[in-house]
This record gives sequence, C-alpha cells and structure tokens, in this order.
Amino acid sequence: MIANSHDLEHPMDKYLRTDRLPHVWCPGCGIGTVLSCYLHAVDNLGLDKDKLVMVSGIGCTGRAAGYVDMDSFHTTHGRAIPFAIGLKAMKPELNVTVFSGDGDLFAIGGNHIIHAARRNADINVICINNYNYGMTGGQLAPTTPETAYTTTSPYGNIEPPFNLVGLMAVSGAVYVARWTSIHVRRLTKSIEEALEKRGFCFIEVLAPCPTAFGRRNEMRDPVESLKYFKEQAIVKNFVNPLEATIEPNKKFYVGKFVDLEEEMTFEDRLWLMTSEEFLKAPSKKRKEMILGVRRHVKEHMEVLLHTPEPTEEGGKGEGV
Amino acid sequence: MVRDVLTGTHFMNGDVAAAEGAIAAGCKFYAGYPITPSSELAEHMAMRLPQAGGIFVQMEDEIASIVAMIGASWAGAKVMTATSGPGFSLMMENYGLAIMTETPCVIVNVQRGGPSTGIPTLVGQGDVMQARWGSHGPYEAIAVSPNSPQECFDLTIRAFNLAERFRTPVVVLMDESVGHMFEKVVIPDKRKIKIVNRKLADKKMKGHYLPYLADDDLIPPMAIAGEGFHVHITGLTHDERGYPDMSAEAQERLIRRLINKIKVYEDEIIDLEFDEYKDDADIYVISYGISSRCSRRAVKLARDEGIKASLVRLKTVWPFPEKYIRNLAKKAKAFVVAEINNGQILREVERCAGAKPVYFSGLMGGRVHYPEEILEKIEEAAGK
Amino acid sequence: MSSEAKIIKLLRDHSLALPRGRVYVIEDRCKGCGLCIEFCPKKVLHQSERFNAKGYHPPELIEEPPLKVCIACKFCEMICPDFAIFVEEVSAEEVGGMEEGAECTNGGG
Repeated sequence: MIANSHDLEHPMDKYLRTDRLPHVWCPGCGIGTVLSCYLHAVDNLGLDKDKLVMVSGIGCTGRAAGYVDMDSFHTTHGRAIPFAIGLKAMKPELNVTVFSGDGDLFAIGGNHIIHAARRNADINVICINNYNYGMTGGQLAPTTPETAYTTTSPYGNIEPPFNLVGLMAVSGAVYVARWTSIHVRRLTKSIEEALEKRGFCFIEVLAPCPTAFGRRNEMRDPVESLKYFKEQAIVKNFVNPLEATIEPNKKFYVGKFVDLEEEMTFEDRLWLMTSEEFLKAPSKKRKEMILGVRRHVKEHMEVLLHTPEPTEEGGKGEGV
Repeated sequence: MVRDVLTGTHFMNGDVAAAEGAIAAGCKFYAGYPITPSSELAEHMAMRLPQAGGIFVQMEDEIASIVAMIGASWAGAKVMTATSGPGFSLMMENYGLAIMTETPCVIVNVQRGGPSTGIPTLVGQGDVMQARWGSHGPYEAIAVSPNSPQECFDLTIRAFNLAERFRTPVVVLMDESVGHMFEKVVIPDKRKIKIVNRKLADKKMKGHYLPYLADDDLIPPMAIAGEGFHVHITGLTHDERGYPDMSAEAQERLIRRLINKIKVYEDEIIDLEFDEYKDDADIYVISYGISSRCSRRAVKLARDEGIKASLVRLKTVWPFPEKYIRNLAKKAKAFVVAEINNGQILREVERCAGAKPVYFSGLMGGRVHYPEEILEKIEEAAGK
Repeated sequence: MSSEAKIIKLLRDHSLALPRGRVYVIEDRCKGCGLCIEFCPKKVLHQSERFNAKGYHPPELIEEPPLKVCIACKFCEMICPDFAIFVEEVSAEEVGGMEEGAECTNGGG
C-alpha cells in the first residue's frame, strides 16, 4: 500500500479541480460518493469533458459544480434546471447534468423540474436526497419523512414527503431511477445510462447527512446510515413508481422505474421550428412534424401504468 | 432564408418594435412568461425568432425565464426576456446573478401601475428605482428609457450593445403607453445598424484562462460553455479563477470592479436629449418615457407664457446623469420632474440640485399627465 | 477441509489467481468516515493510528494472504466521498503471489 504521497493522482483527478480539495462536505456525507459515481460513469463512457456541463443550485449538493473540471455553473437557489434548459437549448451538442439537492430541486425549484420533465428537455438530473436542508443547519425539506426531527420540525415532521420518483414519472421523465449512496455500482451504471440517453433523465440518490439530519434521527454514524439503506432497500426494476414511497423504518424500492424508448426531445422540437421546411409546411404537415415520434401524454401514462412485471435483480454478493 | 432585419417603414407598437430591435441586434434566444402589457412582445418573438434562426421558449414563470436566458447567454447567444412589474419583481434575484456572473442579457420591463397586481392594462413608471436597486447588494445598473415605438427599436439595439460591451444585464424601461402606442418605425438597412459583440476568451489561453481576470478596460473576456475552457461560474463572491472566496478583500475587489466597469464609462453610456431651448432657459424639466412627451407639450405651453423652460429627456435613466444635473444646477433657477410614480427620479434630481428647488408633478399610475398638470409646476417654479 | 482451503486448492488446481489490487491513499484528503473500511468486501482496510493534516485517521491496508487480500474490486475507490483512496489492478506476482504464507509486500501501509 502506498500512502500519502503528494504526487499521487487519483484516477478521477483528471475531472476534478484538485486545487479546491478537500471539499466542503462533512465526513461521511453521501454527496462526495455520488459525485465519485458520476465521474466514474463519465470515465467509463470515455466522454469528452469539453462537452460536459454541470449545473448546480444552492445548498450542500449545489457545491458539486465547484469541484469538477468542466464547464460548471453554480446558479441561484432552485434555478439550476432553467439555467440548464437555456444552455442546452442554445448548444444541444453539450451533455448537461443538473446536480443538486432535494430542497433545491423540489421545494424552491419544484415548479421548474416538473416542467422540464413535461417538456422532455434533454438534461440529466441527479438529485441527492438527504432528507433535509444540510447547509443551513438541518431544516425541514419536502422529502423529510413524517415524524422525523429537523431544526424546524422540533416536535417531529407533520408533513408527508414527496415521492420524487413517482412525481418525475407522472411529469413525463423518460428515465427514472432511485439508488442510495451504498449502491455505488448500480448508481454508476444508472448514471451511464442517463448520460447516454436522450431526453429528461432523473436519478434520485438517497444519501446520509450525518451532521444535520442523522444526528437528530438516530443516524449519526454514516456507516450505520449506509447499513440501514442496504438493509431497507429492495432492488427491483420497473416497480410502479407511484408505489415507491419512502416511510420511516420501512423497506423501500430502489432500481429503475421508467426507461422509455427514445423520443423527440424538447431541443429537437425547438430547432425543428427554425427549419425552413417546417416554417413553410402547411398546418397539417407541421403538426405531424411536431408530433414526430413523441408519445402522446396519455400513451405515456399507459406505459407507466402497465409497466412490465417488476424484475428481480441481483441479490447476490454485496447487492450494491 | 434567415429573416432578421426587416428593413423598411412599418406601423407597429412599441412592444413589437422592441422585439424587432432585439432581432436586428442579433438576439437568438428569448425566454419569457406572458404578462400584460408586455405580452405582444413575447407573441411577436414567438412568431419571428424561429424565422430569424433563433429559439423562443415560454417558461413556467418569470424566474425560470430570466435564468434560462442567463444559461443561454453562457452558450454564446445574445439573449432577452420581457416582462412587467410583477414579473420584474420575480426576476430581481437573478438580475443580481447576471450582474455577479457578468452575463450579457437584456430585460425589457413594460411598466404598468403597481404595486402588486395594480392596474395591469394601464401605465405606470414605478419600477425606475427597482431597476437600479431591486436586487440585493451593491451594484451599478444600466437602463434605457424609450419614449416612442421608434426608440423601442433603437434603444433595444443599444441595450444589446451595452450588455455585450459591459457584460452586464441592461434593462429597457418601457411603459404601457409606449409599449401599446402605434407609430411609424423605420428599420434601417442591416449594414447601417451598429452591432457590438461580447469580447470572447482567446482559444490560445485554454488551460491558463482565468474567467474573471479583467483586461485593462475592467471587463474580462467571456468563455462560452463547451469550448474547452472549463470555467466555473458562481453567484458567490469569487476570485479571478471564478472560485468562491469568502473574504472581505475578495468582495471589495470584485464588487468595486463590477461598479467601476460601468462608472468609468458613464459618459459613454449616458444619453440625454435636449430641446431647442436648452441654452436659453432657467427652468429645466426632467422627464423620461411617456411622461417626457407630456412634458414637451408643457414646456411649449410655458414658453408661450414667456417662461424660460426647457426639457431634458433621459434616454438612459441609469446611470443617472449626476454630473450633468449638478452642472445644470449652477445656472438653473429651478427644476421640475414629471414621472408616473411618487418621486423616484425626483430623488436623484434633488440629490444633484444643490440649493435649487425641485418641483414635482407625479401620478400614481393609470393615466399619463395632462400637459397642464406639468405646466402648473413649471409656473410654480417660475414664481407665477 | 475448510472452505478456505477448498478455494485455495481449487484455484491452484486450475492455475487461477485472484485479481489483486494495489491500494493508494491520499491521506490528507481523508476525513476518516470509515466507509471504505466498513464496506470493503475483503475486510482488508483498517483505521490507522496515524493522524493526517486535518486530524483524521486515514485507512491502511492489512492483508492476510492467501485469501484476505485486496482483489481490486475498487469499491473503496467508488464509495470514498473524498477521492482519497484508489486501487490499481496488478498481477499477483507484483503484490506477492498466491502462495500460502507468502510475504505480503502490498500490506502494512
């Protein structure tokens, strides 16, 4: 074993702003793990980092954009998605990933994410769900489980949380998955799928926040949190996302919930509109061109509601 | 065939003229949310931008609109959004993001009567201070104020040029009356339109490029996403590398430069219009937008009465022509300010008028001035 | 025959070798969260006595050949939130082979 040489280069260093490490995240925080999985996915696919863009909002996860050596944008609270939409619309050749937290994407930014999914904007969203607002001191989030303690729910949370994968599926996302930060291999594989897939891809990653959330909810130790995830997670693909709720001390589903065939993306349609052929086409022809191969919303819902039988996956080895 | 500049003589309203101005200036991305009285601008962009090879997106709200526009600017496009009071309020946080990240963009605000929902279909000029101070923190702002459809066209082009030159958001402060006013608009030959493009990062600098290292002119060259510069852009206070730096020194250095890059070019930015009475007057009426047209009539009426009045029209309201008004105060007997609010440019004029009295003709919105209302103040100023 | 001995025999009979890894720790990046130690499938990582610049105890590798060795699965590399540990896959010869009781040149940190 070789330790502590300053000359050592981590295989992911080529994607990192190493002059900014160590990062701001607390010991055992899951965000670093998910960033590691994202970078491993990029590396496995051999993607050109000149063409990768990371957009973050505000919060602990929002800081991720500051550590990657690619074009990276740390925007305002909740607004990573519209920033990504504008950027991607004007440069569709870029592979744009929004990397942000549950509060940023689903509370203050909730309006944007459902509309981005509805439009089938060709962006990847990696949402780290740590059940609370970590950076500001552990306040209630729209993902905080009922009865959990946070600094703004000192008597226990009285609000039911969002089921993020269900919400994204019904909003029109073409790829929806959920993992936890212990499922590093499957998460990496899932990120690879999202990076390669056109259209709106959403991956929720449950991650421990030992300092702000864990401390108040008997999950102070990140190791214990990950053990809890490992024990409670049922790995299964194509479970109905509407049934994939997360409740305290109950088993929950992880896996791929939605993976629809390729469709016309929002950007495809935006650029279609600028073509001479489209602008000059008669109304009927234009309608056909707009519809392209995009499913009607109703058809989309039918696919969701009649998903194939859930498939068992793995169960061998570490199961991660 | 790309149809960008519609050279010729047209009859159009101010909203549509501003949209055509944007397209003539090279705007290739518009994100907006419909709001009266600016919706005609969005509708016109929706029809015209695809013809000009650009992208129109109707976003889910005004916050998304301004942020999508900022994102598109980082993809290298000239960008615009348009709104009115309530939407302008929603945009304020990210107006600051554009200032902090030095993102060229144009925000049109067709002002209506406020606060809150106010009188959506009727005129107001109550967002002047908001354009200057609406986002939190210290900064300098640039805002132009057209008073005719022709100027909506011309000043929107100018707004793009200023935004690109100074890498900052520029506000086009229209008002409902100008936005909905139909008049003749002459769109010149494409070659006659002066276009300024942002200063781009030198490709040879890849690997060494610092996104916030300003040149001697205080403006850093901009890198576009996807070209291999690997920039990090943040709304946090940052150093030349673009990295967050949470120190008073970094804040002082960065914000001073953001202010100075506009302050030192004030004379170049500020645009005032005078009438023929400029050198033979002792009472100066200061006005802008639709109110300046009522003021012009009032000045004429005052002249008929033998009062030596003159109109100074602000085609740019920000930066405020402080030096000019101070100078004018030396020879002026009094000032009159006419605007449709409770005294916003009034405060600026009072600040610069020294001991000279400043009379105010204000309206709360919903209608424009009768020239007689302004005349009354001119008469008071003249001691009549 | 114990199951361990069976595995060793099986590997020998078929001239097979476990994949082997060389572990590197960038100690000053470590925040001592212990995830690499806890979730190493071969349990070859341990908390060291040393302190790094930030005052955390970085992990160290202690192998017990022939079976309790780093097999280059890279789980530690992927789960480490701090980009502080990584693994290079190497041949068995490079890290001391499969022989029972062979010296573990890869161990001990």
